[in-house]
Amino acid sequence: MSTVTTRPSAASSGPVPQIPQRISPLLTVQNGLQLTWRSVLKIKANPEEVFGLMLQPVMFVTLFVFVFGQAMMGDWQTYRDFLMPGIIAQSVIFATMGTGFSLSQDVEKGIFDRFRSLPIARSAPLIGAILGDLVRYAITVVMVLVVGLAIGFRPEGGVVGVLVAAALILLFAFALCWMSAFVGMLARTPMAVQSFAMILLFPLTFGSSAFVSPDDMPGWLAPIAANNPVTHVVDAMRALMLGGDVAGPVIWTLVWSVIITAVFSPLAVWAYRRRT
Amino acid sequence: MTDAIRAEGLVKEFKGERALDGVDLTARTGAVLGVLGPNGSGKTTTVRILSTLLRPDGGHATVGGFDVVRQPHEVRRQIGLTGQYAAVDAELTGTQNLVLIARLLGFDRAQARARATELLERFELSDAGGRPAKTYSGGMRRRLDLAASLVGRPALLYLDEPTTGLDPHSRNGMWAVVRDLVSDGVTVLLTTQYLEEADQLADDIMVLDHGRVISQGTPEELKNQAGDQVLELRTVDSGQLPLATKIIEAVTSAPVHSDGLVANVPVNDVAVLPEVVRRLDEQGVAVGELSLRKPSLDEVFLALTGHSAEAPDTDDAPEGARP
Repeated sequence: MSTVTTRPSAASSGPVPQIPQRISPLLTVQNGLQLTWRSVLKIKANPEEVFGLMLQPVMFVTLFVFVFGQAMMGDWQTYRDFLMPGIIAQSVIFATMGTGFSLSQDVEKGIFDRFRSLPIARSAPLIGAILGDLVRYAITVVMVLVVGLAIGFRPEGGVVGVLVAAALILLFAFALCWMSAFVGMLARTPMAVQSFAMILLFPLTFGSSAFVSPDDMPGWLAPIAANNPVTHVVDAMRALMLGGDVAGPVIWTLVWSVIITAVFSPLAVWAYRRRT
Repeated sequence: MTDAIRAEGLVKEFKGERALDGVDLTARTGAVLGVLGPNGSGKTTTVRILSTLLRPDGGHATVGGFDVVRQPHEVRRQIGLTGQYAAVDAELTGTQNLVLIARLLGFDRAQARARATELLERFELSDAGGRPAKTYSGGMRRRLDLAASLVGRPALLYLDEPTTGLDPHSRNGMWAVVRDLVSDGVTVLLTTQYLEEADQLADDIMVLDHGRVISQGTPEELKNQAGDQVLELRTVDSGQLPLATKIIEAVTSAPVHSDGLVANVPVNDVAVLPEVVRRLDEQGVAVGELSLRKPSLDEVFLALTGHSAEAPDTDDAPEGARP
């Protein structure tokens, strides 16, 4: 057998860092954060996309509050307060499909091949994509809140209640991201990811307490909606923002976030390693 | 001196189809190995296995002495990969693309910046460094992609069809870059569909067809099999072509192929050209077009395998197709 050949070469001399012999957990975190930086740069480079992130919540809040408000609860102001936590959750949950979409794009464009041919932690691109997307979701939360405040939403829970509610939905989104990443790695094209995610996310968000209380749903649907994880998230956010029983739904949200992450993060990593 | 790459009996199947069917390969350290073959011959699959992106179904390979399956991390420490499609982040600027790779490879901020600047300069992208890569031309993107694969100063570089789809000017630029790298001591594995490219750059050439190595040797040896150049002739009156064919045959003493409109023949000595012209003139043949060109991949394949590169499945009439 031949011996080790680690000659530095390729163009002029200069510092070449010693690439570690093994990948430590610390290096995995470092690589993950470096690739998070990449995701954030991509958000900054695409102001149109941020604009899209802004526009959809504006449209949804306005349409739901003013079109359905009165029919739902007698006056639009009451429905606005009921709706705001729900629509924040819905906007963020829908945004999670972006994770699978952009991962699938990276695979298609061969960018992941570059990462995979580098001596870096294998899960780093996945971690970078998901952490970067959390930044995106935080932007979404702020946007919806701004629209809500503009039309008179004044949460009783105050700043602390709103911040904790935002933290909860971001945690839940982090869990859903792994599911989205898993779908993104299984699907052949970014477009397929999108259509599959829609089929999954529509019933999940609309069949919850986000827009209508499960008590007002037909007998077969009510129990399903009441036990939908999204209902727990929305109920927790609603309690934090508007007052009510906080402990129950918050615990359920934490439990669901852990379960979804525990199931889908290994699956996503597995699908990512298996892909090509 | 050790070999940079050694592969034996590589096999890879995709859904029952054999993409690689027992490929043996050796790349000498500091040399350029050209892997020549048409689409679907297994070039990219070979590169992907040797760069740890794919696991072979059979056989084994070492890169810099490390096994590609059992020691992938060690292999990745030695290699740079420039794939068939420029794998750069379109939204990121040229500088950001390079800094990202440098940071991933452990450069600190200042070092990463310096390395990015150095590479942009080297690949004539300094002016474009601050622009998103999506605004680059095809040639610029390839150069940025190549720069990205060189950030860590790899000892071994894979170039998978680096010039496919590039205009001649960009292609020449790419060739110059490859020559530069080789003079720096980098070992290069280059895949290409173009005989001319392999001839220009490679020290050794391996011809792949249907996942098998069908020929191996220096560019000279390969060209001796296929002819150094091809002489091509068209007469003004196609009725004179058979006469012209006879004349060329007499001068070159090689079998001339004619399809009724164009006659062509492999030649190894360009000195035959004036002789051919003189004799055609003597016999009163009105020449419409006469040219010398490099043999195409198709003609090399024909010489090596007896079938054309485009329609490899039909082995029915190699004799009749071209004598």
